[in-house]
Amino acid sequence: PHWVSGPEAEVQRMAWAVAAVLGLLLLLGSPGGCGGSPGPPRDSLREELLLSPLPSGDIAATFQFRARWDSELHREGVSHYRLFPKALGQLISKYLVRELHLSLTQGFWRTRTWGQPYLQAPAGAELWVWFQDSVTDVDKAWKELSNILSGIFCASLNFIDSTNTVTPTASFKPLGLANVTDHHLLRYAVLPREIVCTENLTPWKKLLPCSSKAGLAVLLKAERLFHTSYHSQAVHIRPICRDASCLSVSWELRQTLTVVFDTFSIGQGKRDWSLFKMFSRTVTEACPLASESKIYVDISSKTQENELLEVTPPPLSVHEASVQGDRRTYAVYDLLSPLLFNVSRSLNVQLKWKRPQDSLDLSTPVLHAQRYVSGYGLQTGEISTLIYNTHPYRAFPVILLETVPWYLRLYVHTLVITTKGKENKPSYIHYQPAQDRRRPHLLEMLIQLPANSVTKITIQFERALLKWTEYTPDPNHGFYVSPSVLSALVPSVLAMKAEDAEKSPLFTSLFPSADGSSYFVRLYTEPLLVNLPTPDFSMPYNVICLTCTVVAVCYGSFYNLLTRTFHVEEPSRGGLAKRLANIIRKVRGVPPL
Amino acid sequence: MSYICRRFSAQTFDADPGDSGWWQQQFIGLLSQGSETIEVLGGPQGSGWFWGSPKCCAEVRGADGSWDGGRGPGLRCQVTLLFAQFQLTVPVSVVFAKGALPGAQQRRLPFADTQEEESLLNRKNQADAALLPLQEDSLGALTVYVIPETSPLLPQGVGVYVGKHRSAVMRCPQGPGDVLAAVSARVQQIVQAMSFTTDSITAALSDRVPMDQLGTDTRRPFKSSLGYEITFSLLNPDPKSHDVHWDIEAAVSGYVQPFLDKLGSVANFSVDSQILYYAVLGVSPRFDKASSSFILSALSLPHVINPVEARLGSSATSLYPVLNFLLYVPERIHSPLYIQDKDGAAVGTNAFHSPRWGGIMVYNVDHPAPDKALLPLRVDVDMVRVMEVFLAQLRLLFGISQVPLPEEFLLESPGNKGLTDWELDRLLWTRTVENIATVSTTLTSLAQLLDKIGNIVIKDDVASEVYHAVASAQTAMLELASGHLGSAFQASKEAVISSERAFFDPSLLHLLYFPDDQKFAIYIPLFLPMAVPILLSLVKILREAKQSKKEPTKTD
Repeated sequence: PHWVSGPEAEVQRMAWAVAAVLGLLLLLGSPGGCGGSPGPPRDSLREELLLSPLPSGDIAATFQFRARWDSELHREGVSHYRLFPKALGQLISKYLVRELHLSLTQGFWRTRTWGQPYLQAPAGAELWVWFQDSVTDVDKAWKELSNILSGIFCASLNFIDSTNTVTPTASFKPLGLANVTDHHLLRYAVLPREIVCTENLTPWKKLLPCSSKAGLAVLLKAERLFHTSYHSQAVHIRPICRDASCLSVSWELRQTLTVVFDTFSIGQGKRDWSLFKMFSRTVTEACPLASESKIYVDISSKTQENELLEVTPPPLSVHEASVQGDRRTYAVYDLLSPLLFNVSRSLNVQLKWKRPQDSLDLSTPVLHAQRYVSGYGLQTGEISTLIYNTHPYRAFPVILLETVPWYLRLYVHTLVITTKGKENKPSYIHYQPAQDRRRPHLLEMLIQLPANSVTKITIQFERALLKWTEYTPDPNHGFYVSPSVLSALVPSVLAMKAEDAEKSPLFTSLFPSADGSSYFVRLYTEPLLVNLPTPDFSMPYNVICLTCTVVAVCYGSFYNLLTRTFHVEEPSRGGLAKRLANIIRKVRGVPPL
Repeated sequence: MSYICRRFSAQTFDADPGDSGWWQQQFIGLLSQGSETIEVLGGPQGSGWFWGSPKCCAEVRGADGSWDGGRGPGLRCQVTLLFAQFQLTVPVSVVFAKGALPGAQQRRLPFADTQEEESLLNRKNQADAALLPLQEDSLGALTVYVIPETSPLLPQGVGVYVGKHRSAVMRCPQGPGDVLAAVSARVQQIVQAMSFTTDSITAALSDRVPMDQLGTDTRRPFKSSLGYEITFSLLNPDPKSHDVHWDIEAAVSGYVQPFLDKLGSVANFSVDSQILYYAVLGVSPRFDKASSSFILSALSLPHVINPVEARLGSSATSLYPVLNFLLYVPERIHSPLYIQDKDGAAVGTNAFHSPRWGGIMVYNVDHPAPDKALLPLRVDVDMVRVMEVFLAQLRLLFGISQVPLPEEFLLESPGNKGLTDWELDRLLWTRTVENIATVSTTLTSLAQLLDKIGNIVIKDDVASEVYHAVASAQTAMLELASGHLGSAFQASKEAVISSERAFFDPSLLHLLYFPDDQKFAIYIPLFLPMAVPILLSLVKILREAKQSKKEPTKTD
């Protein structure tokens, strides 16, 4: 993380004087006054928290704050903000942004043990932006936008440049209202090295209308949130339909935050948890500005006959929904309902397992993936990606996006895709070769995954030699390769009912599924860490030191020779050794020395 | 301040073909030789706005090499000589109404009395409007109409009437002495009120003189900039009790926008507003039992802003300075809240401002009944009341303050634009001078940087920006001296843009150049072991020399 300071603000705060305000004479005709009739609020806020026990025994907490603004942000002139943060609104109207998605993540979502994530994000920082088609110089707007976001979120997004920016053709489609599919207006970049910490959380919290003073945001206590195995915060801005007829546009800002608590380590081996145990706070009220404030707890159990979980206090209502091809049951706590705080002043949701679960049934998700670097030495290597389709009988296609930095020179002819021992020919390939120091490799493929199969994709690369100034401050740590992105419409095992997306908890509305039989999944693999041939940076200095010392020693002895004066030494009577030797010689009868 | 000596020009009445005489009000900054002047002008740091002198110029010419080719020193000389003299001229036309002067005096006027006006002017307001087409419409040019002493145009006891355009009407002073001299003295007063005084010019240069020599009035205005962001923020720390609404859009278009349109030639403005919830002031107010209200004393005001500012957020998309206007609706448990001044009296407007930052107004909610069930209470802000205060603060922050005037002066109200033409002129005069001073400071810092780093590379585009800045600044000074305020201001603005562009050019980054001390550090492993035998032998020589000195004394 990197602090960006603006140019020196020459604000000199001197003595504060109470203003003697001039008598103003200009208020001759006051227009309107305050007699305007209060219309319906043009912006609204909804806050949600989803607590879901993960198959591995950990617990994921996902916050979502949705601000919706019925306003046209792209018009010129005066802008007046209420719930929508001014900083982001100005950004959108100045750079003509159609859609903006930024995520900052610490840790890696383990799909295999934690199941499908509700909100996907790669480790590090990810930014992808769709611009309006009226933008002429997209690259310039992208550069300036990332610099400003870097300042707003205190993140190193200013390191986004042409060497890590790509324009995917198929993987990233606009999530909001858009009829533009010209992918030249899209920019995508990932900084896998980015470390997320409190300094990124604080500006994110500041964008919330209630800050962290009321509502669910009270739980966002930095020292707890960063004591977790996974932390991901994101900002999504997109235009949406204002109403069902969709004649005008509203803007939606989603601020989401996902944390995974390791309940085993927190609860001394017990899997019970409560809000207080996780966040060391409890909820006392809803944000007074929110029109909806709810806590959902996932209480769905695999075995239908008996409930394993017990939630206290008893939920006011239970909601059933099918999420990501799975039927889920949620206990709902509506913070705006007056019944909730009747009994006690604060809400501390607790969950107890009725009997200890010895065998964790790790149901593997339908789609998951894995990636690693193989090979030895510092010259060549191989990137392998394994994609698993565990669906028993359905095959489905997946779009794979690989972004590889230029200093790993990919050999495209070595690209091999095998499934079940046979070659799998991708039906679509888009490859953009890298240019040294200018742009990365971009490889996009549409691959058909047969049912119940593992697909292995390998490609070989050669490591380039960098100039000495191009190495990162810690080059022996290695260089990160951003995770590859898998996008797929996964067929669901269960038939899903078409539900009201607005009513179902959280996130189903961000990626609406086309029909009931499949759902959209985006997965990120692990970022890779690759060692490049790294010179010994201290060597020049060592050589200087060594040669200088040798030269200095030579010089010293030479100087010594030149400046020394030689005296003729007078013979002395001899030392102790000589006397001793003479005594021995005397005894032996040999003439003394 | 000794460097500006005001000189009322000798050619008071210039022969001019029209019916007007030209007054020249000149400010000449005299620059004497040597470093002493720099000391006086620039303050202790020596970062004077007049910098150097011909002597300094010659030195630079000798130490060639930091600038590529012979271009550099010449350029620098230009910069040096640029500010040797500072002269402002206000074109003033004085029109005498028929019968204003006695016949004997009329003959002494140095121009032909040609044009006769036959306009019936009943009321002073009409006069102001009717006289407008008669004047030449140019920035900074003033017209003074002299009417007879007995004219009923002005009310009793009013000697001078200043209109809202660039004209003033004065009664011809009656008396035994030299009437023309009295007129000229009066005209000088008017011109000072409507254009600039020594003080206002000094204030414009206030960043170049030590702060403590100036009063609060001069520290208050914002620095000259090419644009400003004006942000109105409504702070509602207690949204559970108060549901505050403000019709800021109408208020901005009704009150602020006309004012800003008028100032459009000075700078670019952008206006936005936001509502911040749970934003509290940094100090907790004191409860006053007598009035059963909460008090914020003047002493605690400095601590109010910092916590709020963290929430305000800076403007993300521009680099212009931000003017903040905060409307604070106090929490229910802290209301009503009043601001007390240093003497303990409540401030009538319940507002204060912070120099070069913005203003804060506390807006108390009238509580009908403290019934918890009815919360939140809907509050509609009375924008007229609020905008009155904010506009007054805006004027103060731009340095458009009232001039202390003699009793007999009558000022026309600025109308619904909130700003008269001559007030705009006043602003432009000071802003032009300030811009030129800024250019000089910027170029001086650039020159200092070049002195510091010997091998810095000046690219052609940077050099041309510097040339352009110097040329524009010189144009601005010439135009100031000849009384063309509008073009002078434009030129000074261009000079600022060019000089800033040159100064902030990324190629002129200090860190790009390898510092000399580190070069030395690399060779320490060589120098240090080599120094040891040399030093040792030096010690030895010294010791031997001492011994040889001692030995002869021993033999004695």
